Amino acid sequence: MIYRENGQFKTTYAADQQIFTIAQDKWFVLGLIAFAFIGVPMLADEYMFRAILIPFLILSLAALGVNLLVGYCGQITLGAGAFMAIGAYAAYNFMIRVDGVPLVAALLLGGATTAALGIIFGIPSLRVRGLYLAVATLAAQFFCDWAFLRLGWFTNYSPSGSVSISNLSAFGWAIDSPVEKYLFCLLFLVAFAFFAKNLTRASIGRQWMAIRDMDVAAEVIGIRPMWAKLSAFAVSSFFIGVAGALWGFVHLGSWEPAAFSVDRSFQLLFMVIIGGLGSIMGSFFGAAFIVIMPIFLNQALPALGSLFGIAISTAGVAHAEFIIFGSLIVFFLIVEPHGLARLWAIAKEKLRLWPFPH
Amino acid sequence: MSRKIGDVILDLQNISLRFGGVKALTDISFDIREHEVRAIIGPNGAGKSSMLNVINGVYHPQEGKIFYRGEERRKMEPHMAASTGIARTFQNIALFKGMSVLDNIMTGRNLKMKTNILLQALWLGPAQKEEIEHRRKVEEIIDFLEIQHIRKTPVGRLPYGLQKRVDLGRALAMEPQILLLDEPMAGMNVEEKQDMCRFILDVNDQFGTTIVLIEHDMGVVMDISDRVVVLDYGKKIGDGVPDEVRSNPEVIKAYLGAGH
Amino acid sequence: MGFFVETLIGGLMAGMLYSLVALGFVLIFKASGVFNFAQGAMVLFAALAMARFSEWANIALGGDSLFLANLIAFLGAGVVMFIVAWIIERLVLRNLVNQEGATLLMATLGIAYVLEGVGQTIFGGQIYTIDVGMPKDPVIMFESLFEGGIMINKEDFIAALIAAVLVGVLTLFFQKTPTGRALRAVADDHQAAQSIGIPLNRTWVIVWCVAGIVALVAGIIWGSKLGVQFSLATVALRALPVVILGGLTSVPGAIIGGLIIGVGEKLSEVYLGPYVGGGIEIWFAYALALVFLLFRPQGLFGEKIINRV
Ligand SMILES: Nc1ncnc2c1ncn2[C@@H]1O[C@H](COP(=O)(O)OP(=O)(O)OP(=O)(O)O)[C@@H](O)[C@H]1O
Ligand SMILES: [Mg+2]
Repeated sequence: MIYRENGQFKTTYAADQQIFTIAQDKWFVLGLIAFAFIGVPMLADEYMFRAILIPFLILSLAALGVNLLVGYCGQITLGAGAFMAIGAYAAYNFMIRVDGVPLVAALLLGGATTAALGIIFGIPSLRVRGLYLAVATLAAQFFCDWAFLRLGWFTNYSPSGSVSISNLSAFGWAIDSPVEKYLFCLLFLVAFAFFAKNLTRASIGRQWMAIRDMDVAAEVIGIRPMWAKLSAFAVSSFFIGVAGALWGFVHLGSWEPAAFSVDRSFQLLFMVIIGGLGSIMGSFFGAAFIVIMPIFLNQALPALGSLFGIAISTAGVAHAEFIIFGSLIVFFLIVEPHGLARLWAIAKEKLRLWPFPH
Repeated sequence: MSRKIGDVILDLQNISLRFGGVKALTDISFDIREHEVRAIIGPNGAGKSSMLNVINGVYHPQEGKIFYRGEERRKMEPHMAASTGIARTFQNIALFKGMSVLDNIMTGRNLKMKTNILLQALWLGPAQKEEIEHRRKVEEIIDFLEIQHIRKTPVGRLPYGLQKRVDLGRALAMEPQILLLDEPMAGMNVEEKQDMCRFILDVNDQFGTTIVLIEHDMGVVMDISDRVVVLDYGKKIGDGVPDEVRSNPEVIKAYLGAGH
Repeated sequence: MGFFVETLIGGLMAGMLYSLVALGFVLIFKASGVFNFAQGAMVLFAALAMARFSEWANIALGGDSLFLANLIAFLGAGVVMFIVAWIIERLVLRNLVNQEGATLLMATLGIAYVLEGVGQTIFGGQIYTIDVGMPKDPVIMFESLFEGGIMINKEDFIAALIAAVLVGVLTLFFQKTPTGRALRAVADDHQAAQSIGIPLNRTWVIVWCVAGIVALVAGIIWGSKLGVQFSLATVALRALPVVILGGLTSVPGAIIGGLIIGVGEKLSEVYLGPYVGGGIEIWFAYALALVFLLFRPQGLFGEKIINRV
């Protein structure tokens, strides 16, 4: 009887249009955010921050962006990795070429640049759809891979092709310890998740979903497909670009184009599919799954092997990871094509009826 | 019916439409008057849906002219037709199946919503105000169609008859001047048909909306329409008030021939 | 002029190999509506099987006959690809009928991971060689026509020939044999095919198996040229523009698309590459495919997509 909406009557439309219409949901999420800001820094150790929490936050942000495009607007992309790269390199170039540009501004400008390019790479979506579009976005991926590798200007002619950023600080706050990096990323994620939620419940979000669900009908009621699709590309790219810039600046510190390869693109798509297409919450679930799974396998497999007296080599672990990871993806797609977010929703539904299921 | 039927609002002249070798429409002319209920009937494959698709810009006829309120219309895309006040429901339900009833109908308000994307992202004052304002309008439509109890249900879960109603709701949300209805009562039982007829007549009555209706049920057509145009194999074979059409020998032949 | 023709021919030969991989995509897409991202992993898997079987058979035969060893290896690898097809149908496809394109695509990415992992676990993760006796030396031809003649790589030439023959055989198989016709029926309409008694599951196994054999041949050709290693799995990414260019559902499209991409890549690399720092062939192929797409969204030979309401 704890999780109930009974008795929570909405007397105004404003109340009915809240992000969380059920009070318990609201308190749960607020509690979670408070815990992330206060509890986690007290509990987690440095390894946790570096290996799990920071990647999780940044990839969640990128997954949110991918989900806006793929899950909400129905435009499939295999070029998300490239958009992360654009964000990272654009922010890098703003940093080194514009005197005294603040960190946050550089990151956001990185996002804005990505948004602009996202619109350009989104143009094929006006003509082609589905798998053809997926391949068109791969073109963006390979073009960016090449450009950042071969065109020296982007990397400021660094001889090794790798670029680096150090001494991060924002508003007089030096961001160097893992905890600070974590908090910095968390701030971004919370803000962007809030934007994403707002967009998806507003008119623009409905336009995206309409295009996704039935594009002819959408056009017939007055939605301009060009506007809807390109705005989805722009917003999504903005998110992904900022995530890419954070990935380069905060997580990696120094990076090469390989950090944003096509594998990253696939990985991001996995996140939103496993997490749940068209679900904000799902983006987080998916990112958590993809970040934690390899680490878990890495630890668990050798341990399991030694239990049975088999020594598993590093290569063996890597191969086993491939197998398990691949099988899990297939398994998920078969068992719950709507992703972890759906499981979550079902669990909540159950809880709502508990302890008196009708 | 005591409505005052006005001037010609939409005038179609010599429309021809082909798909490769298939002639979907051949040299068809008719007009639609303001505030009237205009039915299009004809056997399967006669070109009725294609006619609606021409009117709202989904198909572009190879020949012919369309005059809207006396002005010749350029070639236009569906969303432009929508912004001139033409709304539409679909023969095979084309709802946004991942969204709730409320969101489907809210989407119909899209053309009237003006706040920019930045304000929407921040859910700031004007964006929120606009959202509430349109929500109010949408609730009126929900009340009108008597679907309050399902407003938060994903449309995919609704039975067919209710889906048709939501489809109508979405079109009404546009506050159209011309409403094109493609077989709104197909597959419904008698009771559902009666409801739907009532809604259509009420819309026509209360808001003065001009209605173009495709329907196979002759009883319904003869009951509620002011004038009827009959198509067969893409050609117009009859046009006039229900009684005229009913006694038109060519129409009778087409219907008997088609096995009706 | 001679140099241009040489580049052109080189492009055509490389293109033939792309056609071969693209064909694997098209077959599977036609019959099961699946955009098979695992095609590259299948090439790797088949090539690994071939390389190791041939090595083992050679040892078992005492190194007497490389030909026999290769033959045994080829048959063995063929059987392995059949088993792979059967398992994929059983465990994956059967459970995913009527899912959306994106879901199926993801599933094949999952399959690709599994194949890559299993392949390297069973057959090892080193670089292996396949030696089917391909001649490695180039020949000079048409000396009378062009000054200095045209240098042609015999190996590429034979590879292109094999690919061409295989493409021809498959086309005949689809047009003339009852099985082929059944496959086409399935491709056109799953439900209808089922209702006239064509077993869906069996046709899928066949198609995936044929695609597996195609992957095997591609794997042998590529493997004997470049060695069998992990990077073979990425040939699929290089063949994607071909499929898009040709249209997802068209066999002739795969062939002509392959040739266009092959030639386009070579010419761009030779004539355009030097100005922009080289290495442009991979994205150039995609860009080329994109330009085509903008004019013909369904690809060169794909079926036109129409919206009806
Ligand atoms: N997009 C299209 N491409 C090709 N042919 C089409 C298309 N749309 C309609 N047609 C053809 O045009 C003709 C008229 O079709 P239409 O759908 O307008 O008929 P209808 O009168 O609405 O029939 P029904 O009562 O079955 O709905 C048919 O022969 C149909 O096959
Ligand atoms: Mg029709």
